[in-house]
Amino acid sequence: MSTTVHDVDQTPAITSLRSKDLLGIADLLPDEIMLVLDTADAMKEIGSRPIKKVPALRGKTVVNLFFEPSTRTRTSFEIAEKRLSADTLNIAIGTSSVVKGETLADTAMNLEAMRPDMIVLRHSSSGACHLLSRICRSAIINAGDGTHEHPTQALLDAFTIREHKKRLKGLKVAIVGDLLHSRVLRSNIHLLTRMGADVWVCGPPTLMPTDIRRFGVTPTSHVEQAVADADVIMMLRIQLERMEGAYFPSLREYFTIFGMTEARLKLAKPDVMIMHPGPMNRGVEIASEVADGPYSVILEQVANGVAVRMAVLYLLAGGAEHEEAA
Amino acid sequence: MPDSKSAVVMDADRIARTLTRIAHEIVERNKGVEDLALVGVRTRGVHIARRLARTLKDITHHDIPTGSLDITLYRDDLMRHTVGPQPLIRRTEIPFSIDDKKILLVDDVLYTGRTTRAALDALIDFGRPKEIQLIVLVDRGHRELPIKADYVGKNLPTNAEESVRVRLLETDGEDEVVLQQEATV
Repeated sequence: MSTTVHDVDQTPAITSLRSKDLLGIADLLPDEIMLVLDTADAMKEIGSRPIKKVPALRGKTVVNLFFEPSTRTRTSFEIAEKRLSADTLNIAIGTSSVVKGETLADTAMNLEAMRPDMIVLRHSSSGACHLLSRICRSAIINAGDGTHEHPTQALLDAFTIREHKKRLKGLKVAIVGDLLHSRVLRSNIHLLTRMGADVWVCGPPTLMPTDIRRFGVTPTSHVEQAVADADVIMMLRIQLERMEGAYFPSLREYFTIFGMTEARLKLAKPDVMIMHPGPMNRGVEIASEVADGPYSVILEQVANGVAVRMAVLYLLAGGAEHEEAA
Repeated sequence: MPDSKSAVVMDADRIARTLTRIAHEIVERNKGVEDLALVGVRTRGVHIARRLARTLKDITHHDIPTGSLDITLYRDDLMRHTVGPQPLIRRTEIPFSIDDKKILLVDDVLYTGRTTRAALDALIDFGRPKEIQLIVLVDRGHRELPIKADYVGKNLPTNAEESVRVRLLETDGEDEVVLQQEATV
């Protein structure tokens, strides 16, 4: 297995994903990750055509079931689905019968009765996607579940890194911010360590999961240590909506100690990439000059998200039928 | 790869002469190479297209824009497989506008015509070419769609139990076209 970009004629080690669902990066083998990234590479070109649409998922129905507010991820999935010619429908929490007291399982089974092919789920409870995958015939794609995983975000981050660095193996990646509440962190740790990157995580001790070393990363509370000679710096959002207590004295103090500034950026490699999964809190975890600066690939991440989600949708589209036939 | 049940129907010399002949036919039919562009269907069509571009340059001293097309997402059987993995997708690279160009679409083998149908649909999504001409190294018959090649390297009568394998230096280490009896199917 190689972590470099595949040559056009090179055949990858595998040609399909093992599962009918994408629940998390934890379930993926390195070769499966490479397959998604290589497929995304082909999908990206479609977005540059005059007619940004291919007939691949014609006749497939995809339900975007979002129990948490989301603009970027939901829009990205919807554009990806439409570019593949799938029929899409969006169900957002405020307009669904969830407000009338229906459980997640009941909502899912009612949707299933209408025979969609895939369900893209975002939910505030960790494990919601696993629950759906057990009761649904449709392919389930995790668009973020609680503080557990956000696999397509990690895949698009890896895709963006690979585009710039041509590899993942051996890169020093510093992930800085709210480690405790971040599903993006968990998915990225699984992916980057699996692909051989040297991952450092940094945040206030109060926002540091106690067992984080178990995942093969180096924790630190000194941001200078984390970003020193880093190839990639990934900033995580301070998730005030998930915090029930006081984890740090003030946002201003947080910025002073952990915020990504131009001065701290100078400690990293000269060709460092600055990433952020969004939405950004400018002046909290990242200075505006850094977010908009020459090292920032934040908007590229958004653009690549569509290609990566197209790849996942395509690769899983055959899967559900496969299960049924077996 | 060749065994007792296979026969080499074109060797390296024959393939080279054939491509040179097709290059001359292209120049003759189009009265030059103005507005021409080559698009190869992945994977072997791309290599044939690149060879034709080199030969055309030798003959006319003009560079012909050359692109590659992956037709997987346009296949009519894409979501009909109930068992097995999704076909692999490769990058399509057409680094020029096809609007008002005469596109020379290149594939290795013309059989049912379904790949060509997919390629035509894919090309139209890139713009409105003035004309599309089809070039194939081998036409083995058994068309299932009303499609005909404009330039044919070799007409090869076959039956459905046989398979035609085009092997090229770039992908397979040598140039040859082999007619094989399928053991299974």
